[in-house]
Amino acid sequence: MNIGILVNEGPYTHEASDSAYQFCKAALAAGHQIQRVFFYHDGVNNASRLTEPPQDDRNIVNRWSKLATDHKVDLVVCVAAALRRGIKDENLAPGFRISGLGQLIESSIQADRLVTFGD
Amino acid sequence: MGEGTVKKIMYVNRKAPYGTIYALESLEVVLIAAAFDQDVSLVFMDDGVYQLKKGHQTKGIEVKNFQPTYRALDDYDVNKLYVEKEALEARGLSEADMCVPVEVKSAAEIGKLMEEQDVLLSF
Amino acid sequence: MLHIVNKSPLERNTLDSCLAAAQSGAAVLLIEDGVYAATRGNAAESKLRSASERLEIYVLAPDLEARGMGASLTEGVKPVDYAGFVDLVVKHKNCQSWL
Repeated sequence: MNIGILVNEGPYTHEASDSAYQFCKAALAAGHQIQRVFFYHDGVNNASRLTEPPQDDRNIVNRWSKLATDHKVDLVVCVAAALRRGIKDENLAPGFRISGLGQLIESSIQADRLVTFGD
Repeated sequence: MGEGTVKKIMYVNRKAPYGTIYALESLEVVLIAAAFDQDVSLVFMDDGVYQLKKGHQTKGIEVKNFQPTYRALDDYDVNKLYVEKEALEARGLSEADMCVPVEVKSAAEIGKLMEEQDVLLSF
Repeated sequence: MLHIVNKSPLERNTLDSCLAAAQSGAAVLLIEDGVYAATRGNAAESKLRSASERLEIYVLAPDLEARGMGASLTEGVKPVDYAGFVDLVVKHKNCQSWL
């Protein structure tokens, strides 16, 4: 099955991004496809390559990047929400791309399911 | 899903305006979605009903008043707006306080509508 | 359909809103801080018990365990892992996250 994901919160403050990641990992392990992960609201902060968590903590941003590399998951950051919060191509982590809200609507039309993670 | 697929998409608004950005950014999604010719509906539950309370005056907080945008939704053929009855009552509001025409429904009726959707988006 | 609740019932009214809208036969999955609703002695326990007569109630076990509540699960609530979460999403036609 083709599953779309919406992430509405940034990393570390809320568990939303962790839950979304664990869900994606489990879905892929079960043989499903993650059609796209769309980052909206503060969720765009998941895409900042300037993120540097302490050594003993998970690196949420790198984890998403690796998911994109290993499973060709399309990680899309909303342009309007990103610009509001200072996320631009110059500080975008690998595997992410910046695009419009249309990508979220497309996800909701094309994917078999859409699961939202937020606050 | 091929070209021309029409899905039933419901936007669920449960948060008050201004205190957080969710109401504004959700509205931005709805406006973009209107271009995709889907079967769109909006529901306002819990504090979400405050988004439609007439008479927002945001000058004093220096934040953009986005209430006029709700009135523009009809121009985009987004005209299925449902407001939760219990939420209005709990907040001392009535249908007359709403800035746009809405249909008032009970939480259970809204729940029934939710069952009929292909996609539910909440922010 | 599948309803997902991620808030503690003592912090927000999210669970109440969900239960008021959920139609008989629907599934409710408690995740993140939502899992506290499914623990013995919580003020929401009786509410959840009566809801479980008409709804299927699930809890995300990793979130429950992370919070030291693994041994306090209310009877009648089914624990699932992330794979089980995925299965619930696949099994149901749609899902609503009560954020």
